[in-house]
Amino acid sequence: MVHDSRRDNIADPESAPPVTVPTGTEAGVPGDHSTVSSSEPLAASAPTYALLLSALLPGGGHAAMGEWIRGLVVLLPWGVLLGLAYWAWERIIALDSASLDDYLAIATLFGTMLMLWSWALWDLAVRGRRAASRRDSQWAIAARQFKRNRLALVGLGVIVVLYLVALLAPLIAPHDPIAQENIAATGFLPPGGTNLLGTDRFGRDVLSRIIYGSRISLSIGFIATAISITIGTLLGAAAGYFSGKVDTLIMRFTDMVLAFPRLVLLIMIVALFDASITVIIIVLGLTQWPGTTRIVRGDVLSLREREFIHAAQALGMSRARIMMRHLIPNVLAPVIVAATLGIGNTIVMEAGLSFLGLGVQPPTPTWGSMVAEGRDNLLGAWWVATFPGLTIVMVVLAFNLVGDGLRDALDPRLRT
Amino acid sequence: MGAFILRRLLGAIPLLLGIATIIFFILNLAPGDPTTFYYNPNVPPEIIEQLRRNLGLDQPLYIQYWKWLTSFFQGDFGHSLAQSRPVADVVFEALPNTLMLTGTALVLVFVIGMFIGVLQAVRQYSIFDSTSSVVSLFFYSMPSFWLALMLVLIFSLKAHVWGWPFALPATGITSVDYEFMSAGDKIMDRITHLILPVGTLTLALAAGVARYMRGQMLEVIRQDYIRTARAKGLPERTVITKHALRNSMLPVITLLGLYLPFLFSGTIFIEVIFAWPGMGRVIYDAIFQRDYPLVMATSFIFAVIVVLGNLLADVLYAVADPRIRYD
Repeated sequence: MVHDSRRDNIADPESAPPVTVPTGTEAGVPGDHSTVSSSEPLAASAPTYALLLSALLPGGGHAAMGEWIRGLVVLLPWGVLLGLAYWAWERIIALDSASLDDYLAIATLFGTMLMLWSWALWDLAVRGRRAASRRDSQWAIAARQFKRNRLALVGLGVIVVLYLVALLAPLIAPHDPIAQENIAATGFLPPGGTNLLGTDRFGRDVLSRIIYGSRISLSIGFIATAISITIGTLLGAAAGYFSGKVDTLIMRFTDMVLAFPRLVLLIMIVALFDASITVIIIVLGLTQWPGTTRIVRGDVLSLREREFIHAAQALGMSRARIMMRHLIPNVLAPVIVAATLGIGNTIVMEAGLSFLGLGVQPPTPTWGSMVAEGRDNLLGAWWVATFPGLTIVMVVLAFNLVGDGLRDALDPRLRT
Repeated sequence: MGAFILRRLLGAIPLLLGIATIIFFILNLAPGDPTTFYYNPNVPPEIIEQLRRNLGLDQPLYIQYWKWLTSFFQGDFGHSLAQSRPVADVVFEALPNTLMLTGTALVLVFVIGMFIGVLQAVRQYSIFDSTSSVVSLFFYSMPSFWLALMLVLIFSLKAHVWGWPFALPATGITSVDYEFMSAGDKIMDRITHLILPVGTLTLALAAGVARYMRGQMLEVIRQDYIRTARAKGLPERTVITKHALRNSMLPVITLLGLYLPFLFSGTIFIEVIFAWPGMGRVIYDAIFQRDYPLVMATSFIFAVIVVLGNLLADVLYAVADPRIRYD
């Protein structure tokens, strides 16, 4: 992996260079900062003028105190969102009679701006208390490791931006993704001009369709992975903890699912059962858990013999409680890594099903079906298939980078 | 070792039985049955009913299941409904094509992947290391169907337009005029048709192997015995090839078993896109035509290959690593 150059100073976090965070990467995840401890001690408390400045302009207070990077991390996304609100003001006003989608977009827009704003103030207000204590929980250490990994931070930024784009789609998309006008005049327009990435056979704007398509891909990836991770963790913990017959049964079943080419199973179910989007999500989730089960089982097998588990048993805790309160929290680290990588994997799978014509049905845009549409006129209109595919690559790459970063940060075995 | 292989083979039987059962019930619980293929205003309902009786679809599910299972394990795969010929014929026609595709890809995946991974690990932090890490992560994240289309676009379609000296064929397994070629041309024709499909499969999976190999190699290079080997004055080449490489190759063997399902999932896309007459295409068409006997046989064969591949990986592992003793 690319970020190994940072391994050398991992053993000695104090000597690590100050973190430089690429601008725009942390928008929308202010919750993360509860575990932040900056590498240089901060002033005891922020002066009033900084608070006032931040109230006027989020991040302004940080900038005034010389913390340019933090200030910009807040200020830039805030400015971009403000610009978007200004640019799309007419749409926002016109949306009053509109659907849930539009309300969601507006709520996201103003909610994210408000979150950035309040984080800037909150960070200035509590800094005195935080600078004194440097937390040493597993998660705090992992967060420090993760923030040292620039590629992973870039990946995280891409993911956050994409989820924002998916939520803000009605405000951002330059054209209607489904509208067809005079096909003879607007079909297969090359990239450039008013259609930044060109138009497809029916004159629909490729960029707008990619933006709307992100909703399908990202939500399916997220929900299906949540399902598979839950099943995988529970089955793995049960197999590892109960051992004996339960273990044999679960692991036999896992082997069975693993031995079956997943795509065949997916095509079979989706094609024969006339699947709706809900069924596709569930089936994607139900076919992805074996990897997680194996990881969790292995870890639980070794945890089971540890003293704190014996102690819990001696205290008379029920087996379910030991599993939920003592075993599963201790195997969460590899599960989180598997989940991150799994989302990317699921997005590719969903795109594949759509490519074969088995996913969400037209005219709803999905990345996979857009690639399939572009296939018919690959030579004449290369942009129709190329750009949605590039988007998939970008998203999956981002999830893989974050997954790798989390693996390095969370797995103590890699901290050599 | 013999006892271990035998035990694993015996263990595979319930596994395969379970897979066959799952396939059967998924197919038969789906709404509709193979006769929906014949629904047509011109076909009277009595004929459909007759057809259903002929195919045994009017019997209770458990009887159908038992009949199918017994004949299946006697080697009778049944009759393809859509192609009106024995399933065995269809499979024997398609399987060699798929094995040629996946076999070539598998060899290339491991040779190229391991080679790049080792080079990266030996030259850790070099420009080669970081660029190939980024490139391999890029290919690793790429959906194979899109990569296939892009390769077709550049090396087949655009190559014609730009007038490159070579433009690779993008469909089928041989050219139209294959029958009229000389022996040498026939071989060349086959190879050129293999390049794009195999290339697509290889690029994506080799990236994964390279990543894994690099990690393994780096772990081994840190070990004390490598330092000892260097300290006693062995040439670097010997240290790498004799001491480090052989030890770091061991875990990569297990990838062989893990990659087979991915490879077969990938071949479905590849065979559909490149019109390659193999198992992936057969299975894909059969599902849409509700050709249940064919679907069951082909997906079962995929599962058998995967199980055998896993067994092979375990055996290879035991052979390569004398510390592992299974019996």
